[in-house]
Amino acid sequence: MEALFRNVRELVERAEKEQKMISEIMIEQEMLLTDRSREDIMIQMDRNLTVMEEAVEKGLKGVHSASGLTGGDAVLLQAYREKGNTLSGDLLLDAVSKAVATNEVNAAMGTICATPTAGSAGVVPGTLFAVKNKLDPTREQMIRYLFTAGAFGFVVANNASISGAAGGCQAEVGSAAGMASAAIIEMAGGTPQQSSEAFAITMKNMLGLVCDPVAGLVEVPCVKRNAMGAANAVVAADMALAGVTSRIPCDEVIGAMFEIGQSMPSALRETAKGGLAATPTGKWLESKIFGGAVVGSGQ
Amino acid sequence: MKFKSVFDIIGPVMIGPSSSHTAGAARIGRVARDLFGRQPQWAKVHLYGSFAETYKGHSTDVAIIGGLLDYDTFDERIKTSFEEADKAGMSYEFIPETGHVDHPNTARIVIGDQDSEMSMMGISIGGGKIEITELNGFPLRLSGNHPAILVVHEDRSGCIANVANCLYKYDINIGHMEVSRKERGHMALMVIEVDQNVDKEVMDELKKLPNITQVTRIAD
Repeated sequence: MEALFRNVRELVERAEKEQKMISEIMIEQEMLLTDRSREDIMIQMDRNLTVMEEAVEKGLKGVHSASGLTGGDAVLLQAYREKGNTLSGDLLLDAVSKAVATNEVNAAMGTICATPTAGSAGVVPGTLFAVKNKLDPTREQMIRYLFTAGAFGFVVANNASISGAAGGCQAEVGSAAGMASAAIIEMAGGTPQQSSEAFAITMKNMLGLVCDPVAGLVEVPCVKRNAMGAANAVVAADMALAGVTSRIPCDEVIGAMFEIGQSMPSALRETAKGGLAATPTGKWLESKIFGGAVVGSGQ
Repeated sequence: MKFKSVFDIIGPVMIGPSSSHTAGAARIGRVARDLFGRQPQWAKVHLYGSFAETYKGHSTDVAIIGGLLDYDTFDERIKTSFEEADKAGMSYEFIPETGHVDHPNTARIVIGDQDSEMSMMGISIGGGKIEITELNGFPLRLSGNHPAILVVHEDRSGCIANVANCLYKYDINIGHMEVSRKERGHMALMVIEVDQNVDKEVMDELKKLPNITQVTRIAD
């Protein structure tokens, strides 16, 4: 069965030609490729949305990982935000705190929905539940947010990569941030083309980001990278809604991300051998957590 | 097209912390268990690439054992799978390897009990999606894009026709099919990718066919 779109250009063209939202094209393609009913597909996405809501709620109450490396920052951020004196703005910090909440739950081996991966699971729900307070969407619009995000993620996964081990953090949090940005546009009433611009602008600012988890744990710097991925997504969405466009087309930005991933040394692709993982403190934390054993030695 | 569904991107629902190293690992373990057909009593898990370097941090080991205990990616028991394995009487060992493999997230799982043993190689390609690349020395090209049926059978005439006839009876279309054997007249393997998920009824009928040793399905 042929896909309805293989790249962002085809996705946007189809949406424009048929005067449909990107989320609608994604739903139609899902029906086509997996031979399932619309109702079935909507119900499954509704369930995923519920998992995301519960993870955010749990994280905002405060969780801590077994290693002790992460946890509690979502609580700090919400408390700070509620004082109403933030420099970067209420919505932005709300998105950041909810992205952090999700990833703190993930690090603590809680239940999350991968979007597109677990390590990058905070960005899409973080932005969604922050933008929700401003745009007051219906439940269906919230579900559609996930389909729009999924449409862009689908293109990246098939044409490049969403795996940190294959393409670095740019492939995970970079993709998640682009997906979120594109989805914000649709919820805010922007055009399919603006979604594409927002994705491109976001991804351009995530290019080259390496995957260098301390002790191999999805904690440092993953949680804070989700925070900044969410911030990046919201700002890029505003830029695209303002009419700013990307000089490099979206698909070419995705291609560049893939090429950069291919040329990234393995030490910077989820092996915990380079970058922040290889800093003196990173190494010290690793030996502290694993009782002096070096990860991968088989001890 | 490696990723076919939006739920490969927005999903799976899973226990953290990593879709490739935890959820994907659990899925690889669960497919191994499916293919073995029962609870193994022991497991030797060889890890390569990023799996070898970071398996402790990502709970890859815990997740693979969870999969071998038949837990899904969102099953809370994954967290305590080592204890659960002890209760189930399954011993396990993890062996980080330094050899080169094509994909950075590769695991070779060797499992068995008093009756038989089985070896399977799986890779985790991102977002919780996996592919199986080898079974008992048979190279596979199981893309994971479609539901699939794996049939282990005696290398005798008629086996392939019988299986194809049975699928035809249930109006199941074969998208891609491979047959391989290591030695003439011994064990052979059919890998059949189909267009829709296969019901238990069909599986039971396939199992009853002559010279069929084992039938397993991999759902979409």
